[in-house]
Amino acid sequence: MVGGPSARVREWVRGMTVVEECAVRTVDLGKTYGDAPAVVGLDLAVPRGVTFGFLGPNGAGKTTTISMLCTLLRPTAGRAFVGGCDVVAEPHAVRERIGLVFQETTLDLDLTAREALRFHAELFGVPWRESRRTVAAMLDLVGLTACRDRPVREFSGGMRRRLEIARGLLTAPQVLFLDEPTTGLDPQTRTVIWEHLHRLREERGITLFLTTHHLEEAEHCDRLAIIDDGQVEVEGSPAELKAEVARDTVLLRTRDDADAVRLVRERFGLEASAGPDGVRLSVADGAAFVPKFCAEAGIPVLSATVTPPSLDDVFLHHTGRTIRTERSGPLTVDDVGRRR
Amino acid sequence: MSAVAALPHRAGARCGRPARELRAVRVLWHREMVRLLRTKVQIVMGLVTPVMFLLVMGTGLESMGTTAGDSFEQFRSFLFPGVLVMATQAPALAVGLSVVMDRQSGMLRQAMVAPVHRVSLLLGLSLGGATCGAVYGGLVLAISGTVGIAYHPLLLVALLEVAVIALLFTAGGMLAAVTIQRIQTFQVLMGLALMPLMFLSGAMFSPSGLPRWLGVVVHLNPLTYAVDAVRRTLPGELDMGGYAGPPQIAGWTPPVVLEVCFVTVLAALMLVVAARRFARRG
Repeated sequence: MVGGPSARVREWVRGMTVVEECAVRTVDLGKTYGDAPAVVGLDLAVPRGVTFGFLGPNGAGKTTTISMLCTLLRPTAGRAFVGGCDVVAEPHAVRERIGLVFQETTLDLDLTAREALRFHAELFGVPWRESRRTVAAMLDLVGLTACRDRPVREFSGGMRRRLEIARGLLTAPQVLFLDEPTTGLDPQTRTVIWEHLHRLREERGITLFLTTHHLEEAEHCDRLAIIDDGQVEVEGSPAELKAEVARDTVLLRTRDDADAVRLVRERFGLEASAGPDGVRLSVADGAAFVPKFCAEAGIPVLSATVTPPSLDDVFLHHTGRTIRTERSGPLTVDDVGRRR
Repeated sequence: MSAVAALPHRAGARCGRPARELRAVRVLWHREMVRLLRTKVQIVMGLVTPVMFLLVMGTGLESMGTTAGDSFEQFRSFLFPGVLVMATQAPALAVGLSVVMDRQSGMLRQAMVAPVHRVSLLLGLSLGGATCGAVYGGLVLAISGTVGIAYHPLLLVALLEVAVIALLFTAGGMLAAVTIQRIQTFQVLMGLALMPLMFLSGAMFSPSGLPRWLGVVVHLNPLTYAVDAVRRTLPGELDMGGYAGPPQIAGWTPPVVLEVCFVTVLAALMLVVAARRFARRG
């Protein structure tokens, strides 16, 4: 062990500062159900004020992680800090600093929107009188002021989700956790929800920590961690991750696709495949490849499309399969209570 | 790993905030009240069964008995305490059912992330359930005049007893709710348990006619003492001319106060056990 104790001290000091600066910090965090590891050796450092996405297929360990960070599950290994507080040693301090939006709706259908929020505020220690203002402001923020006195039962899926986000924000949390925030919502609603989330971050400087298996949703994040089989495969901004894959997809439509495939293989040494929509191939710099191909190919090229790498490509690159491949064991935060 | 061990725990987790815990208890109780007032149809429906028992079955049996013999005259007033206890069970157990459901998809899931102890959540819900039960009981008490029980200040004492009994039902429901994870299992268990408990409590008929071995069950059944306490508290003679006397343990009749204490202690015990199970973190 080089350096011995001094190296440990340096490590310790670094750990300290990172804990204080980070909205979420985990060190070697792990959770095992019986013999089955759900999360293994998770090291995360989420700076304050960013939107952090946890991208992975169902059963990858996203929900287990979020449950541990929200003090609903006790980790079996490592440490985790949220807002500088230890999730095991001071769960109540952590709970005061976070908001949580579950994947499944957890609203009281009999209550009105305003009652739901006021009960929640009081449960978190906001006095009844003071909560009046906060609740009104939150309803305004998510655009539900007009239907504040209607029972939640009558709300659409998007309205319920917005109300839950408002509820998550009521106690002015430092970190808002969202488990699959727009799963099961239609595209328009999804856009509206994201508009609200972006505004929140701009106006309040709140840290958003979300899990998702939607690639479109992951694009909204400042930073992404791709998780698979309980381990983080790679971490970075969506642009960085895509740059790392560094291969564009080129789609060519030519007069003779079979000839084009042969040409690509012989002249450029690349693998291409002919499909009903044309010739598809993967190349490092697609924009430069297309003119070169047109110049060298003796056959007329009708159209060329260059697609930069998507997050699905990134996922494929790191895990060897696409995220859309369904895996067994769909698990949400809502299942945690049943999995003891 | 050394870095992990070296990371400091923050000194002194915040604890002991009685005001906040009390507020949490109140919030959950308040929520039950709002729900109670909002579901007026449910109140009416919850009262239909006990009132049917009292006015339809009670009246029918009474007239049949009167024709056959002469000691059946006060069957309805005998039945009244039993019906009163019966009326409290539905709303109290509904709270237990809501715990099973809420924990998976309702407000309780969210409440579990609140910076309060889970025991406070459970306590608030239980008090809410007990209050709902007492409200139902109060409504039944209001019609006591129809079965010949005078409107007397003792009815208020009976109402207090009914509240304690409602708490017993809620505590039982809670205990089942934190033990059972599946809604279907909960409903089946409640359906299976309640009917025999009511039959073997002296609520519908005097257990003195039952075989000896069932008599043991009657004596072990907490509802026996609950029903008897209410019956002896209500004004007038409700024991059908001495035929349906209070339960006796080896010739000794427990006083009403002791019966109420027994019910209270049992409810408290069940709540403690439920709270312990509920507070356990995964």
